Amino acid sequence: MKTYQEINDKISSGKAVVLTAEEIIDFVDRHGEDKALSQVDVVTTATFGPMCSSGCFLNFGQCTPKIRITDCSLDGVRAYSGLAAVDAYLGATELRINAPANLNFPGEFSFGGAHVIEKLVAGQSVELIACSYGTQEYPRRELRADIRLQDLNQAIMVNPRNCYQNYNVAVNCSDKRLYTYMGQLKPNMQNASYCSAGQLSPLLNDPWYECIGIGTAVWLAGAHGHVHAEGTQHCPSCQRAENGVPSEGAGTLGLTADMKQMSPRFVRACSFKGYGVSLALGVGIPIPILNAGILRRVCVRDRDIQAPIVDYSYDYPMKTGKVLGMVNYEELKSGSITLNGKKIPTGSLSSYSMALEIAELLKEELGAGKFLLSEPLRRLPQQQSVKNMPI
Amino acid sequence: MITKKLLLHFPTCETEKPIVYQLVKDYGLMINIFAAKVTQDQEGFLVLDITGTEEDMDRGMDYVRGFGVTIREVDSGIVHDLELCTHCGNCLSHCPTKALHIADRRSMKVEFDKTLCIACMACVANCPYSACTALF
Ligand code: SF4
Ligand code: SF4
Repeated sequence: MKTYQEINDKISSGKAVVLTAEEIIDFVDRHGEDKALSQVDVVTTATFGPMCSSGCFLNFGQCTPKIRITDCSLDGVRAYSGLAAVDAYLGATELRINAPANLNFPGEFSFGGAHVIEKLVAGQSVELIACSYGTQEYPRRELRADIRLQDLNQAIMVNPRNCYQNYNVAVNCSDKRLYTYMGQLKPNMQNASYCSAGQLSPLLNDPWYECIGIGTAVWLAGAHGHVHAEGTQHCPSCQRAENGVPSEGAGTLGLTADMKQMSPRFVRACSFKGYGVSLALGVGIPIPILNAGILRRVCVRDRDIQAPIVDYSYDYPMKTGKVLGMVNYEELKSGSITLNGKKIPTGSLSSYSMALEIAELLKEELGAGKFLLSEPLRRLPQQQSVKNMPI
Repeated sequence: MITKKLLLHFPTCETEKPIVYQLVKDYGLMINIFAAKVTQDQEGFLVLDITGTEEDMDRGMDYVRGFGVTIREVDSGIVHDLELCTHCGNCLSHCPTKALHIADRRSMKVEFDKTLCIACMACVANCPYSACTALF
């Protein structure tokens, strides 16, 4: 049994033993649980993939004369300004004003909020256009300015839903190509698309939210941030395997961090033909090895994690709840799965390779005493389901 | 006999001359065209496999160069930009020839073997990060 304080002391003195969620599996296989429990202090988990429910609060700073912005856009993408004077919230999936969207199906969706966020983090300038109805103390009614991240007072990423614990494997049972947020799905189940880092993914290593809770320190695209809330649609009451690992969507996290500390490599805009724009983010979360139970759970392997195969032509949009079959991540990562005797090639949206890179980067930071753990202020709900809209 | 994958770029399109026909008839070359495109600016791109003796191939290529054509070997005109690629793997199930593939399933890094690419453009339409682009 170790405490957060003890582990943080070891991290600060540069003596903490840190392994990635992939390395711990081999370590335990080779040296056994007892040795791992006494020697290993922290295991790093990570994921990199599109996380649509992301965005940022921006404060542009005041100008002379002052303005109370009521409507604004950044590179033509509207940011919500029903906030105080020069505050705005820019959402990742927002399109350009007058974007053709799916008018000519399938639309290209080549630019949106995610691209503005990507540009800001990359240090590029974006065009701010704002207007106001004007008040006595905020007389200015319009402005146009080129702004960069460094010019802003604050740019705080606040993401309502990141890090889905697990996810569907999407297939298309119809005879028409589908254009979805899971990528293009070829007719008659000619491909399957999954989206999880499997054994590296944060919440699959902490299935009951013992260590990842509100206040947990996270690595968000290179910045040191934290979990600010349960993610939207957090649904811990779900199907779970014997090891407690959910075999469907389940838990989610609300994450926040300072965009000025982020690295452009891990903040990447993406465009899904026929669907829209999204933002891919890299997230790393350290898990302290406080006891044997936690150690056992971070040793979860791809083959122990099941995901449901879902038809996106009918069952997903119509919310039938039908699952065509279950597969594990070892099969998904092998390049093909078999469903009812049919071999289906797989592709992913979550990048395992980037997740590995992030787990390594976080491991380095912990090893060098540059990242400290924080004990959750509160645990995430462990029993809760999602409600349907009352229509 | 050897086979080469070539990208022919015509600065201005020679629409009047049956160049491919001549390559077959006069130079005895076997030709398998994967992609052909004329742009709005009248530039032409041709992605093909050519099979023949080395000598016939050299003569044939000299003939083609006579039209001001640039020849790029082992090039399908598809560029996989490693700076932009996130190795997500979304393109894998769309690439019909496995030109885009994972060589090592531990690192899960996506690699591009241009000798296998047939310029079908599926990856260009599928890559969410615009890491795959076409020269034409
Ligand atoms: S879909 Fe694009 S980003 Fe993803 S692996 Fe293929 S080329 Fe790279
Ligand atoms: S153009 Fe077609 S064959 Fe070439 S890499 Fe892309 S998907 Fe594969």
